[in-house]
Amino acid sequence: MTLFKVENIQKRFGSRVVLENISLSVEEGTVHGIMGPNGAGKTTCFHVLTGFYAPDAGRITFEGHDIAGRKPHQIARLGISRSFQIMNLFDDTVVIENVILALPEFRSRSFNVTQNVFDDTALVDRALEVLDQVGLADRAWQKAAALSYGNRRALEIAVALAADPRIVFLDEPTSGLGAEATRRLMDLIRSLRETYTIVMIEHDMRFLFELADTISVIHWGQVIAEDTPAALRANKWVARSTLGDVA
Amino acid sequence: MISLSDIPARGGSPFTRSMGLFVLLLLTAPFWLEPIGLYQYLGMEIAIWILFALGFNLLFGYTGLHSFGHGAYLGIGAYAFGLFQQNITISLWGGLLAAITAATLAGALVGAFVSHRRGIYFALMTIAFGQVFWFAAIKLHSITGGEDGLLGIPRPDLVFGPLKLDISDNGALYWFVTIVLLVAVLALWRLVNAPFGRVLQAIRQNETRARFVGYNVWLIKWLTFVVSAAFAGLAGGLFAMAQESAYPDVMSLHQSGLIVMMVLVGGGLVSFWGPVFGVLLYFIARDIIGGLTETWLLWFGLMFVIMVMVRPEGMAGLFHVLRARLPLRSRKAVGPAAQAGRA
Ligand SMILES: Nc1ncnc2c1ncn2[C@@H]1O[C@H](COP(=O)(O)OP(=O)(O)OP(=O)(O)O)[C@@H](O)[C@H]1O
Ligand SMILES: [Mg+2]
Repeated sequence: MTLFKVENIQKRFGSRVVLENISLSVEEGTVHGIMGPNGAGKTTCFHVLTGFYAPDAGRITFEGHDIAGRKPHQIARLGISRSFQIMNLFDDTVVIENVILALPEFRSRSFNVTQNVFDDTALVDRALEVLDQVGLADRAWQKAAALSYGNRRALEIAVALAADPRIVFLDEPTSGLGAEATRRLMDLIRSLRETYTIVMIEHDMRFLFELADTISVIHWGQVIAEDTPAALRANKWVARSTLGDVA
Repeated sequence: MISLSDIPARGGSPFTRSMGLFVLLLLTAPFWLEPIGLYQYLGMEIAIWILFALGFNLLFGYTGLHSFGHGAYLGIGAYAFGLFQQNITISLWGGLLAAITAATLAGALVGAFVSHRRGIYFALMTIAFGQVFWFAAIKLHSITGGEDGLLGIPRPDLVFGPLKLDISDNGALYWFVTIVLLVAVLALWRLVNAPFGRVLQAIRQNETRARFVGYNVWLIKWLTFVVSAAFAGLAGGLFAMAQESAYPDVMSLHQSGLIVMMVLVGGGLVSFWGPVFGVLLYFIARDIIGGLTETWLLWFGLMFVIMVMVRPEGMAGLFHVLRARLPLRSRKAVGPAAQAGRA
């Protein structure tokens, strides 16, 4: 079943056309990869899909809702989560609060002024569960700013998962990670695919080809190919233009 | 370093040592102010400014919205209190309610314009609106009394059910102001430690992330602006009573800058109590250094500059460093440490 459908999205900044025409169709329960050279418009595409920018034209539908042009918080509340290419965390506070803030059961009382946040053991336990998924449970009470780079990446993902989303957008999750951390991330995403639908921008081709069910190749703001990893490997033209020698 | 967002000791319960010390100082001030050579009125002035500063810091420190025009709401509160006494009826509660309502409405209006901004644009717009209100206070002569302001504002009796107390002398008015301040401090303490307060701090730390985990950031910023304007209005109403007048200077840019300076010097960016230190420091400088030299404001300004340069976390940050250096006692495990065992 198609969970998330993008039809003919366009995005301009002034006279600069960044997204010429993007169409994607994400099937429920799959990992959908997005690749393409630097500056192709991948991050801009995520920004449009998650409400950071409104598209200039096109339709975006999620479970039948037309979400094009809706605000980020409205989109997030529908069960659409994302991580960022450039780290975006709550750095003055502890790891666990980064997750608590993203829990829907916390958000629903964001106007509550009578409770003490950290006294609510159900909330804390739920946040620990999420942290455990990404292997950060034992760092729950450290400051987010004090985490290592790899752990901050993991926390980005934990914050995205905390919302209990239907679909998760990950923007270059391996960026800056060493081989060992990348391997751990691969295991993590493999375990996540049981529960979530994932759309992932990635430059690491081995990583992407290993995990993705479908891959869209974006170039010059257009989808120049969309296929399974195996078929893309066979596609000489795509391979030459963007894959280099990975395949 | 400490941060406002550190998890509070004792899970946000107000019964902390700092709170105890604060209450103790407030309740005993009338008995030692005069013996040490100060005067009753000073205590009242300080209490009113603490009220203003703590409400302001909800916006400035906690939410990271740098308003440089908050004197406006203090002034609006003061005028509203005075106008209520002069045009409607002599009433303490009515006047304070008018002060809070007027400042809330003004805050709601301005907040609607500034809440989609942040950083320098937010700051500039708050200044601009502040100037508009100040200008209005001077020009609307028939209502506000122009440059002279409203004179002879009474200090109405405190009516509480069948109780009717005369609070027109400084000593009695101090007690009333103190009670209002204590209630306000407890309310603010509750606010910043509850989910709502943690969300404000999330917006300060990363507005984008807050948006993408589902918070209506615009609405929350607007609400915070309104709430802090309401506190300023209440402080303004009390200030009109203390001064027995309301005049344009109360809402001048100078006043708006002063509150920013107090909050920064005191450490409002890192501690709930920062604004209190800042207010105390300012009035000590004014009354004690001011007694020695006319140029006391220069010295206070210099202190501000040095503070911003060497210890941007302000007095509260300084105390924290001193306490960490002094081997008084090992800090007892609080919230997170106690919780860590469960992880
Ligand atoms: N707000 C903006 N205003 C103008 N140009 C923009 C804006 N945002 C992005 N661009 C431009 O759009 C192009 C695509 O940027 P984008 O960040 O989407 O690329 P990307 O595919 O994610 O690249 P990378 O692999 O380096 O992350 C770039 O040339 C960038 O300069
Ligand atoms: Mg990118």
